[in-house]
Amino acid sequence: MGLLSLAIWTPILFGVVLLALGRDEHAGAVRWLALVGAVVSFLVTLPLYDGFKLDTAAMQFVEKSAWIERFNVNYHLGVDGISLWFVLLTAFINVVVVIAGWEVITRRVNQYMGAFLILSGLMIGVFCAIDGMLFYVFFEATLIPMYLIIGIWGGPNKIYAAFKFFLYTLLGSLLMLVALIFLYTKSGGSFDLATWHKLPLSGTAQTLLFFSFFAAFAVKVPMWPVHTWLPDVHVEAPTGGSAVLAAIMLKLGAYGFLRFSMPIAPDASREWAWLMIALSLTAVIYVGLVAMVQRDMKKLVAYSSVAHMGFVTLGFFIFNQIGVAGGLVQMIAHGFVSGAMFLSIGVLYDRVHSREIASYGGVVNTMPRFTAFALFFAMANCGLPGTAGFVGEWMVILGAVRFNFWLGFGAATALIFGAAYTLWMFKRVYLGPVANDHVKALKDINAREFLMLGLLAVAVLYMGIYPKPFTDVMNVSVTELLRHVALSKLN
Amino acid sequence: MIDKLSWIAVYPEIVLLVMACVIAMTDLFVKSPSRTPTYILTLLTLGVVALLNGLYAQGGQTIYAFGNMVVSDSMGNWLKCFATIAMMATLVYGRPYAADRDMLRGGEMFTLGMFSLLGMSVMISGNNFLVIYLGLELLTLSSYALVALRRDNATATEAAMKYFVLGAMASGFLLYGLSMMYGATGSLDVNAVFKAVASGQIKHQVLVFGLVFVVAGLAFKLGVVPFHMWIPDVYQGAPTAVTLLIAGAPKLAAFAIVIRLLVEGLLPLAIDWQQMLAVLAVGSLLLGNLAAIAQTNLKRMLAFSTISQMGFVLLGLMAGVVNGNTLSAANAYSSAMFYMVTYVLTTLAGFGVILLLAREGFESEEISDFAGLNQRSPLYAGVMAVCMFSLAGIPPMVGFYAKLSVLQALISSGQTAHIAMAVFAVLMSLIGAFYYLRVVKVMYFDEPITATTVSAPLDVRAVLSVNGALVLVLGLVPGGLMALCANAIVQMLKT
Repeated sequence: MGLLSLAIWTPILFGVVLLALGRDEHAGAVRWLALVGAVVSFLVTLPLYDGFKLDTAAMQFVEKSAWIERFNVNYHLGVDGISLWFVLLTAFINVVVVIAGWEVITRRVNQYMGAFLILSGLMIGVFCAIDGMLFYVFFEATLIPMYLIIGIWGGPNKIYAAFKFFLYTLLGSLLMLVALIFLYTKSGGSFDLATWHKLPLSGTAQTLLFFSFFAAFAVKVPMWPVHTWLPDVHVEAPTGGSAVLAAIMLKLGAYGFLRFSMPIAPDASREWAWLMIALSLTAVIYVGLVAMVQRDMKKLVAYSSVAHMGFVTLGFFIFNQIGVAGGLVQMIAHGFVSGAMFLSIGVLYDRVHSREIASYGGVVNTMPRFTAFALFFAMANCGLPGTAGFVGEWMVILGAVRFNFWLGFGAATALIFGAAYTLWMFKRVYLGPVANDHVKALKDINAREFLMLGLLAVAVLYMGIYPKPFTDVMNVSVTELLRHVALSKLN
Repeated sequence: MIDKLSWIAVYPEIVLLVMACVIAMTDLFVKSPSRTPTYILTLLTLGVVALLNGLYAQGGQTIYAFGNMVVSDSMGNWLKCFATIAMMATLVYGRPYAADRDMLRGGEMFTLGMFSLLGMSVMISGNNFLVIYLGLELLTLSSYALVALRRDNATATEAAMKYFVLGAMASGFLLYGLSMMYGATGSLDVNAVFKAVASGQIKHQVLVFGLVFVVAGLAFKLGVVPFHMWIPDVYQGAPTAVTLLIAGAPKLAAFAIVIRLLVEGLLPLAIDWQQMLAVLAVGSLLLGNLAAIAQTNLKRMLAFSTISQMGFVLLGLMAGVVNGNTLSAANAYSSAMFYMVTYVLTTLAGFGVILLLAREGFESEEISDFAGLNQRSPLYAGVMAVCMFSLAGIPPMVGFYAKLSVLQALISSGQTAHIAMAVFAVLMSLIGAFYYLRVVKVMYFDEPITATTVSAPLDVRAVLSVNGALVLVLGLVPGGLMALCANAIVQMLKT
């Protein structure tokens, strides 16, 4: 069994055991088993980084065996510089999420923990699959645990949110399914991604494929104007669900653009880049403004996620090295930062049971340690130099300036909105005098919460100060991708 | 002179017939109200029959027996094997339910079940219009009686009446169509009809006129729009155990006669019947999915869901012949077969859970009866959820691969119309996902209305767990069953 299989199936196996054996009577044991599962699953991903060769764009740690012979579908796994970090990120966030749900979840603990572990394995599968059908199976299967997580442990309007999440994303991916089968037929019966990358396609076919993939991935990212599901879902999802959704699940969409849309339909990608750039810029500027007027903290962070993911897609579709690499770095940084933002909101919500900004004020007086973390993550969300948030945004802006000065100017301006909405929220929630009795009664974070936020803070700080390990891994693969996209595949 | 080989070919049917009579007699001496001896004997018989069919199918031989009256081929034997297993599961799930409702008094459920299975076997093996028709009648007559098994229940009696009237009309359609074919070709033998039609000597109008009636009759049996009216009423009205008996195994037989008549007999007319199937498929997908949304009764919802699922099967069947070219036929028909087999597997588990939750005096057929099932029994909620996700076509459940193979058959034909149909089917299955998810929602997100614990006899629990697990496991490793269907269809097309 290869390392990638281990990374995928370890958490799933732990999850299944939890589902099968866990009972609420011994919730304590269930939690510890879940934590052990999450930590082991994270540890088995570390050898991937260690053994990763930086000087090649080829797939590494490749595993291949026949899966469905009738359709020539293979269980074909591999990682390159684009996907490696997401495997580690997913496993890492999973550990944090298990810690986050420790005391908060008291009913059906085994199902909660099991769902997150299985979800984590499935998402790692998405990043590792280099067979089109295998990718699709993992991509779709993630919907089931997330649907249950939102629906069972969510807020008052959870059912609406769960359905919106499931059906909205399913619509997009079903169109992608048709595209995948079309490619299978076109390539003479192969689901192999490398074969598809080389397959010559006519202009019309490429355009149709591009928009089928767009339907799946743009909804997932989500790009403006198909982002409307995200705020609704984030508001209702439990804290852990929001964190995983923002940190990993949104990345599945952006990753899909790099793995499918751009290399399979390069001509269409270049032809429609203007549209992608326009949508991304709208997301960055318009959604940034929308975020400013939110009264609900989770909604605000959700809109801020849309804006930040706008930077990612902007970076991808300007087709230069620093832009694409910047987009990738931004994805990882956003994984840490948005996860941390949602967990911070969760810390407050667990105590006061309100997400309204107006219910808070002066939290710093009663929770000084927590406020320090919150300030740090808020700064990272604005893109302060020295934090993870800065590196990606700065690279994307640099890339955008190279592409077109005014585009870079627009994107840079948008940073101001990001700072505005984040800091304004911070001011209203944390600073000033104690606003009401709820805030007065707040207890500062305990050791568990400290550990959970501390882990993320270290990651954000490390990435902000020394991003080299992240960019080094990507460089060769991004160069190769851009070289490939620059070639025409028209026949 | 009937040769020895002929007897071998129908050996499973003979076992079934003899044992059905023996069991009917034996039951006279059984006193226990739960009919345990009859039940065990029936299961043993069915187990042997399933094994025999499985062995025959493994052997892979094609035998024409009794002067071409019946055929024993790999496709037929596999379908018979699956149908027998489905009948076993049906009886296991249905027995406690039937016992609670005084439906086991004379042991008819077992005997009639076996006779209906015999009917299915004859349909599947039939290689002659009349034999197929006889099998069909044996199946439907047993089913009418089964639906009416609860004599004192008004809904069941009404359902039986509706089923009988509409079913008789459908049989009439089919018989009329077949007699037109006989008139045109001068033969009742499927292979001879094929040769006669392929020769091109026969007037096209007559053939197509007959074909319309044949397709209409088959559409009645499959329950596709616009011949679907009986499905919701019968599914809802019949006692749930009998609903499963109608909804499960007979679908496999219906699939087999579609293949025998349309493909083996009338393939040269494919251009004509494919158009008819296309219309039926679009109608079924549209109406089945839209009407299912409005249902509050789970059995009725599953009835409409069946209609839409059958639409998908038809999509697979209509993609076989492209521009007179039969290269993709094996691909298309095996996708339809795979779809049908996995559909029956999933339906069994779904109805199994409904039957399990029903108690004396409580039917558990409203969707709201499932509220909070996850808190009462995570296992059965899990089985039901797996079935719903499978029917909705979400990977990694087996239902996804069924949809995948049908869509692949459609798209690989390269025809714009087919690709458009595929997109349409995909959008319809999005609507389908909504109502399947609603069942999951009720089970997992809602609070239970009763705290009664769910208990089931050991046999039900074991079979249901295995059945539910199969829906998931076949999704993780669907290759084997797919290859099996493909081989069976390839062999069928060769002969």
